[in-house]
Amino acid sequence: MLEIKNLSASIDDKEILRGVNLTVPDGEIHAIMGPNGAGKSTLSYVLSGRAGYEVTGGEVIFNGQDLLAMEPEARAAAGVFLAFQYPVELPGVGNANFIRTALNAVKRARGEKELDAVAFLKLARAAIKSLSMQDDMLKRNVNVGFSGGEKKRNEVLQMALLQPSLAILDETDSGLDIDALKIVADGVNALRSPRFSALVITHYQRLLDYIVPDAVHVLAAGRIVRSGGKELALELEAHGYAGLEAA
Amino acid sequence: MTALPTRRLEAWRYTDLRALGNMSFAEPAPVSAPADLPDLGLPRLVFLNGGFSAEHSSNFPYLQSFATVAEGSTQPLALINADHARDGVTISIPPGVDAGAVLLVAQAQGEAALHPRHRITLAAGARLTLIEIATGEGEYWHNPVTDIALHENARLAHYRLQDEAKTAFHTATIRAKIAAGAAYDSFTAVLGARLSRAEFHVDIMGQGAATHLNAAQLLGGTQHGDFTTVVHHAAPNGASRQTVKSVLSDQAHGVFQGRIEVDRIAQKTDGYQMNQALLLSAEAEMDIKPELQIFADDVKCSHGATIGALDEEQVFYLRSRGIPEADSRAMLIRAFLTEALEPVTHEDAKAMFEAAIEKWWISK
Repeated sequence: MLEIKNLSASIDDKEILRGVNLTVPDGEIHAIMGPNGAGKSTLSYVLSGRAGYEVTGGEVIFNGQDLLAMEPEARAAAGVFLAFQYPVELPGVGNANFIRTALNAVKRARGEKELDAVAFLKLARAAIKSLSMQDDMLKRNVNVGFSGGEKKRNEVLQMALLQPSLAILDETDSGLDIDALKIVADGVNALRSPRFSALVITHYQRLLDYIVPDAVHVLAAGRIVRSGGKELALELEAHGYAGLEAA
Repeated sequence: MTALPTRRLEAWRYTDLRALGNMSFAEPAPVSAPADLPDLGLPRLVFLNGGFSAEHSSNFPYLQSFATVAEGSTQPLALINADHARDGVTISIPPGVDAGAVLLVAQAQGEAALHPRHRITLAAGARLTLIEIATGEGEYWHNPVTDIALHENARLAHYRLQDEAKTAFHTATIRAKIAAGAAYDSFTAVLGARLSRAEFHVDIMGQGAATHLNAAQLLGGTQHGDFTTVVHHAAPNGASRQTVKSVLSDQAHGVFQGRIEVDRIAQKTDGYQMNQALLLSAEAEMDIKPELQIFADDVKCSHGATIGALDEEQVFYLRSRGIPEADSRAMLIRAFLTEALEPVTHEDAKAMFEAAIEKWWISK
């Protein structure tokens, strides 16, 4: 599914990623943990194609394609979905219109049939119901006036409808209460299949109680310094990240 | 012959009419209507090069004959219009009548100067939706003056699509007097002309009169678009709301000047003015001049102005969801304009403006 080979990247000539190596096989969920400033968000932005990051070395292969050569919208069409740490507010853009436009853009790029407004609403309402969300979420402007928890739920709703093959969750658990955390986890778990992989970036172990990972990696000072099974998260929770940065 | 105003006048500081002064315009020649004359399926009044065309107009029972013009103001463009005005619509809606909607098309061609004088009168309790489209081909000058009188509790919705030739000049003066309880709701879309100015003078004459003076200016190339308003609150409890949005690309230049005057008697006035510009290029320019002159002590008047570029964070968010870059930008521009379009409640007019905005964006 995803192969990150010796990836280095910088912002404003400041090197943030210094040779990241990581492979996420089909159907697996991998967690990336690490202290603040380790490069976790940079990794998620480089993978999703945000401007302002300069890749200085290495490559990323996604289902056989050179991911870094693709525009952000092409990555989305290929199946990459980034759940933002800070979802962006779009005043004047209705949420239903936004998600339908995105879904149809992705369908068009994949050569699939687009959905009309009626078919889309039916699908969206079903997704909202299965995620225990509020119905009015579709009627409001995208993320405008949403609470922190509502914004994260809206990310999960988009993910549920766009059906990505690789989801990158960038600290989706930050600022969530336990109920919201469960909704986010349910959204990810519902997508679990042999053709779905996820990279769950988190500072805390708590989310991993609900999204049980196949592997845990520790990112420190721009490199993966340790990898292990789900028990590694518990170990980090008990002992902290101290000592890992030097490794 | 009245001279054109110069930039030495404060009201013309940001708009230079010298290019207009250098032109020599001919007397309007009779022209035939193009095949694609705008049609919204509504009663239609058509002006071809400034002259009323009965052939292309439908029967509208409230149309009256044109009367000679006596200009009472000292506004230079209105005086020039008065010197040359030979035609224009005169609409008078009787008390209590809802006259529905009517389309006014001004179609121009060639190198003529056109000075129509329109008069719209709504008697007490009357209603009308007036949709105007100004369009054409050539290096003409369209200088219409529209005088509007709304009697008690009358309502006029006035939607203007300025889609003149990119080689033309457009200077419109709209003057409205609003009696107690009456409402004048307007929206102007500015897309055409090499140089344009829409100047509104709205007088809140009676208790509780209200107005919306909204606009969207979408300019590219070296276009210059000026939207100027003067709202005079001469009675208590009036409301004036202005939301003016400009989207400027290339070397386009946008201007907004908005003055709110509140007389001592006009207590409890609610005045709101919001002006926002989106600059799509580093060479585009926007000048904004809000002015408040308040002589009453119990009023609510506010104004705000912002000038900025599209938010790249928002663009990335849309693209990360699979929406192509151009579509993402178009979506954000439409969202930016949404608030200005709010007074447009007539479905046909709304669809017309949305199509015009879409067309503008696609041509970028």
